[in-house]
Amino acid sequence: MSQRLLEVSDLKKHFPLKGGFMGGTTGFVYAVDGISFHIERGETLSLVGESGCGKSTVGKAVLRLFPITGGQVVLDGQRIDDLSPSALRPLRRRVQVVFQDPFSSLNPRMRVKDILAEPIRNFGLARNAADLDARIAALMDKVRLPRDAVGRWPHEFSGGQRQRIGIARALAAEPDLIICDEAVSALDVSVKAQIVNLLQDLQQELGLAMLFISHDLAIVEHMTHRVAVMYLGKIVEVAPKRSLFGAPKHPYTEALLSAVPIPEPGAARERVILKGDVPSPINPPKGCRFHTRCPYAFDRCRTEEPKLVPVADALAPGHLSACHLHEMPAAENPLAGTKGHAVLAA
Amino acid sequence: MASASTLAPGGIDVGAYAAAPVMPDVLPPVKPKKGFIGFLRRNPTIAVGGFLLLLMLFVAIFAPVLGTVDPTALAPAKRTREPSSMYWFGSDMLGRDVYSRVLYGARVSLLVGFSVAFLASIVGLTIGMIAGYIRLADSIIMRIMDGLMSIPPILLAIALMALTRGSVQNVIIAITIAEIPRVSRLVRGVVLSLREQPYVEAAVAAGTRTPMIILRHILPNTLAPITVQATYICAAAMITEAILSFIGAGTPPIIPSWGNIMAEGRALWQVKPYIVFFPAVFLSITVLAVNLLGDGLRDALDPRMAKRL
Repeated sequence: MSQRLLEVSDLKKHFPLKGGFMGGTTGFVYAVDGISFHIERGETLSLVGESGCGKSTVGKAVLRLFPITGGQVVLDGQRIDDLSPSALRPLRRRVQVVFQDPFSSLNPRMRVKDILAEPIRNFGLARNAADLDARIAALMDKVRLPRDAVGRWPHEFSGGQRQRIGIARALAAEPDLIICDEAVSALDVSVKAQIVNLLQDLQQELGLAMLFISHDLAIVEHMTHRVAVMYLGKIVEVAPKRSLFGAPKHPYTEALLSAVPIPEPGAARERVILKGDVPSPINPPKGCRFHTRCPYAFDRCRTEEPKLVPVADALAPGHLSACHLHEMPAAENPLAGTKGHAVLAA
Repeated sequence: MASASTLAPGGIDVGAYAAAPVMPDVLPPVKPKKGFIGFLRRNPTIAVGGFLLLLMLFVAIFAPVLGTVDPTALAPAKRTREPSSMYWFGSDMLGRDVYSRVLYGARVSLLVGFSVAFLASIVGLTIGMIAGYIRLADSIIMRIMDGLMSIPPILLAIALMALTRGSVQNVIIAITIAEIPRVSRLVRGVVLSLREQPYVEAAVAAGTRTPMIILRHILPNTLAPITVQATYICAAAMITEAILSFIGAGTPPIIPSWGNIMAEGRALWQVKPYIVFFPAVFLSITVLAVNLLGDGLRDALDPRMAKRL
């Protein structure tokens, strides 16, 4: 168990911008621009950030739904980003995905049993037809759907039920890692809670690791072990949940956390309001990518890009942040100490 | 339930309202009719279009036993007769029976319409799939298709007919070539959007190979728009066939087709309008039937398609 399940280092994904008469490349969208993280077995890592920051691209790159531009993806000690499609196929079993939209994530022209049978057949997991049926029935039980619903079509189910089918399909391959790409964002609150609880139960039962991609910090706090915060194609902060929600070490995280509503009438918190919009990932700012909106930005931020390094704080082991402020004396650092947003962590 | 003697807080005798009929808690559900009849009831356009098309198909298949004579038999003594019990639709300037000719003409129109719809769909589906899946082929194929589409289909068909001799088979081939670009573009567009669907990405993650992805996830979901497009192509092909025959570039004159019957009646249409009238009515009804069927299918197969096409 010494080896980490997933180790991503310096992952880059640049999408070419096509344009002009003959469709030449006129530029790149730097969707993911050099990020590193790891996931231990049975651990949930949440990837948070606002729309367009590259969260989903990371998920798809790990699934290898497209070739990556640079960096490495290592699954259980084996590099998977440079494998040929045929060499990759058996490894695909170990990483599965649950998508956001429960309506477009199931093929409308396949019955539930065929949807669930697809990964089982592809990876040769069932010994015979009876075993296949038994596996499908067991999957339906796992996601708390009636067994006799396997003959139905996707359109006969509600959004929450469809999401359960999507989870069952992911489990069918017996994966080690499930990528939940905004898996609960499209559901209403009560259904969302059910699905979140289901995911947590399944994780404990099956020892799954999860990459939980979300923008909903309240759910992330409920679900996760560790959190990685993304901004404009970069990870700006990674930390264990308690440490991150209790004492964020990056101005962007601080601003994000201050935007989470407190579920208590009349309660208010000190908001950190960011100026302006997210810069374009086609032409990201030089230096620290957050300097255009950072309330604490100084000269160095505009020229030199900060590295994601452990924060020199004895109270926060495993807390990484990419911010120049942490190289300043603690007295001058506005992010030092544990002041701030303990409300969520409480 | 309030009893008759109950007084509401305002002193109003609630019992006065008690005589009102008791409504059931839940209205009995309107049971949608199952099966084929129910389907036709819910889609009247399909019912009407399908009925008219079946009628035309019946006429075409059973033309020999529907009181017709040899459509090519000349009777110079009985030229340009008005419609009567002898000549139901009259006779043309060579004394041929227009009724027989119109019924036999249905064979050509339907044959051309269905064949072109079928062939153009199959070829267009293949080309569209290749273009949608192979990046390099895409840019080349689509430029060719753009080029073909810049020529009006009727002109393209005339040009192709000019290269060969007139026969029904050549008419079918010419119109098919002219219609292929439209189908390919449609299929390519659908394939490109389907490829990005999460269920396709999930299937890739689940280890499904590309041929199986196409067969299992892409193809079944392109069939609905293709079917709808095929009906429109069928209607367009029948009209194109009639135009080609009308200008003498299509079906050879020895085979009666609605187009060449009209062409032959053209010189006389001011004095003997029925020669043009009857084939025109049959053509209009058939095209209407196919279009109604297409509209109905579009709505029935996928309500969202209504906006896309």
